[in-house]
Amino acid sequence: MFSLEGITTSVQDWLFMKFNPTMALAMECIIVILLSISLFALLGLVLVLMERKVAAHIQIRLGPNRVGPGGMFQTVADTLKLIMKEGLVPDMADKFLFNLAPFVVMMVGMLLLAPIAFAKNFQIWDINIGVLYISAVSSLSVIGILMAGWASNNKYSLLGAMRSGAQIVSYELSAGFAVLTIVVLTGSLQLSEIVKAQENGWWIFKGHIPALIAFVLYIIAVTAETNRAPFDLAEAESELTAGFHTEYSGMRFALFFLAEYINIFIVCAIGATLFFGGWMPLHIGHWEAFNHIMDYIPSSVWFMGKTFFLIFLIMWFRWTFPRLRVDQLLNLEWKYLLPISLFNLLLVAVIAILGWHF
Amino acid sequence: MYNQTEIIKDTSELGADGELVINMGPQHPATHGVLHLVVTLNGETIKKIEPHLGFIHRSIEKMCESLTYRQFIYVTSRMDYLSSHINNLGCALLVEKGMQIEVPDRAKYIRVILSELTRIASHELWLGAMAMDLGAFTPFFYAFREREMITDIMEDTCGARLTMNYIVPGGLMYDLHPDFQKKVKAFITQFKSKVTEYEDLVTNNIIFQSRTKGVGILSAEDAISYGCTGPVARASGVSCDIRKIYPYEVYDKVEFEEVIETAGDSFARYIVRVKEMNQSIRIIEQLIDNIPEGDFVAKTKNVLKLPKGEFYSRVETARGEFGVYVVSEGGTTPHRIKFRSPGFSNLSVLNHIAAGGMIGDLMASMGTLDLVIPDIDR
Repeated sequence: MFSLEGITTSVQDWLFMKFNPTMALAMECIIVILLSISLFALLGLVLVLMERKVAAHIQIRLGPNRVGPGGMFQTVADTLKLIMKEGLVPDMADKFLFNLAPFVVMMVGMLLLAPIAFAKNFQIWDINIGVLYISAVSSLSVIGILMAGWASNNKYSLLGAMRSGAQIVSYELSAGFAVLTIVVLTGSLQLSEIVKAQENGWWIFKGHIPALIAFVLYIIAVTAETNRAPFDLAEAESELTAGFHTEYSGMRFALFFLAEYINIFIVCAIGATLFFGGWMPLHIGHWEAFNHIMDYIPSSVWFMGKTFFLIFLIMWFRWTFPRLRVDQLLNLEWKYLLPISLFNLLLVAVIAILGWHF
Repeated sequence: MYNQTEIIKDTSELGADGELVINMGPQHPATHGVLHLVVTLNGETIKKIEPHLGFIHRSIEKMCESLTYRQFIYVTSRMDYLSSHINNLGCALLVEKGMQIEVPDRAKYIRVILSELTRIASHELWLGAMAMDLGAFTPFFYAFREREMITDIMEDTCGARLTMNYIVPGGLMYDLHPDFQKKVKAFITQFKSKVTEYEDLVTNNIIFQSRTKGVGILSAEDAISYGCTGPVARASGVSCDIRKIYPYEVYDKVEFEEVIETAGDSFARYIVRVKEMNQSIRIIEQLIDNIPEGDFVAKTKNVLKLPKGEFYSRVETARGEFGVYVVSEGGTTPHRIKFRSPGFSNLSVLNHIAAGGMIGDLMASMGTLDLVIPDIDR
């Protein structure tokens, strides 16, 4: 069976055969960095195109269809345009922070790639506190956004950044609690353990109703955390022109733009890992034959399929709903989502203690 | 009044008690044109809104003074470009009233049908633009799908899609396109089957309702004292439909309801416009099969000269009452002309209804006022 595990193992063996262990490790690091950067670029291109195609489909139009077959290279052309564009820095801006902010946002995305299991045994860093690491690092992105809003010396940017700060800090709670329900069910923070625990069924199926509630909460919370419509108040095109990145142009803007899509990919990948079993194929209890057939589909395909399904869901939200107002946004979190997620966590703890899950 | 440097100075400093003054427009996605709002904020709460006008002032009223009574009609297409046909009609009505020209029935029917089509087209565009103000992009395309059919009909009829210029004093410029009735009927069928999509996508959407209900409340008294007309006033419970009160053309022969809501909030203004589209469809349905045969234009003199005196005519555009006031000295051009544009009065309530709300509420209020900036500046 084709698997990515074979490739990684052979590369590692080859490196350790040719070089001394320290050199080999350094080489591996470089390879991983190069791979993740190219994954970033690729994901950015694919997701932007996907967003435009999904939007076009929802909005009864065709979407990009001129550059390349079916508009495949539209985003490549757009990126080229952005690279060649002059990156303007406003006169009164804090130049250091202004230049730093996009990279902070970008770096957070890169750090979050580390613990994600892309396929069976294909993971950069199987850290034993994976879930904790993810929730800790993902909250860093708000710093970059606040930095951008403040450094731009633009009132729209400032308002957008403040909104974004309030929003990300609030919705992190719900996202965290939703993640915790799965941690309680699994009993481990390690992502590989969480995936392994779903060998005989994904948590969304065997976690009863609490897992389903947690999934809904998770999707709402991460939509808000990634500043996507209907929670795109930080950008709020019709209110704040472009929110925190109003003053950014050229490649600096592109980094923000890219970071948005990378963040979507990451939260969806984590959602897929927690609730849909990550790379784990669809297994149903003791249906050996069915499970065996499902195993023939490569694990990376399973993972990407689930992730892109969730990404589609988030894109679907964006092109369907109007935007919330800022007080409604915070009300939703503090008055509805947070109590529900607290109660849900209690419920799932009871279920886990009594062993009611399959 | 501000001069340019004062504006910059005025708005780049923080107010004494932490007020934030931001300039929305003249280039801003939500002002739909070159409206400049100087908004004083306290955090997210709006303390004061000051509209600054004149960015698209073309002195249309002055221009009209040098144009003949046949020519000045077409300048008005450029005022409220979304109800250009109805603006033209208002001016033509004035000339016909002054000259006592008897317009043939066929022309009257066609004028009303086209007026109602224009109204639907305008409301469709408003629906999409307002949804976009609230952050929903998709309704725009759904609204434009139907609007496109209307603009196609307009193109067939008079060659233009936006600034129609189809009306001449005494009737119409050309006769109808042979396919007109068929196409209008096709549009009615399409519209009726698709209007439920707006309900699903916008009206019944919980986020849309919470964004608009109770936002930007305008009481009936305020609506009257600010001079609001059209859907804005009707959403506050003021009966002000010119088509009902001073029926022109064949509006007294058709059955339709004046849509009145009493809540006065943004949602009521939304509902009024959506229901008005259905009433317009009702009017078109009654007329489309009964267009009488005959002349489409009355015989008029080559040179029109209004008798000495003052003349006023009014029509109901998609935005409210559009009035034309002409002082004639008996010559071939108006001595003085004044347009009463609905958008100007409707804009004047913005500070009243949106101050005290949040920035998001301003978009809901401004979106449902349905402002067309060239109509305000003229």
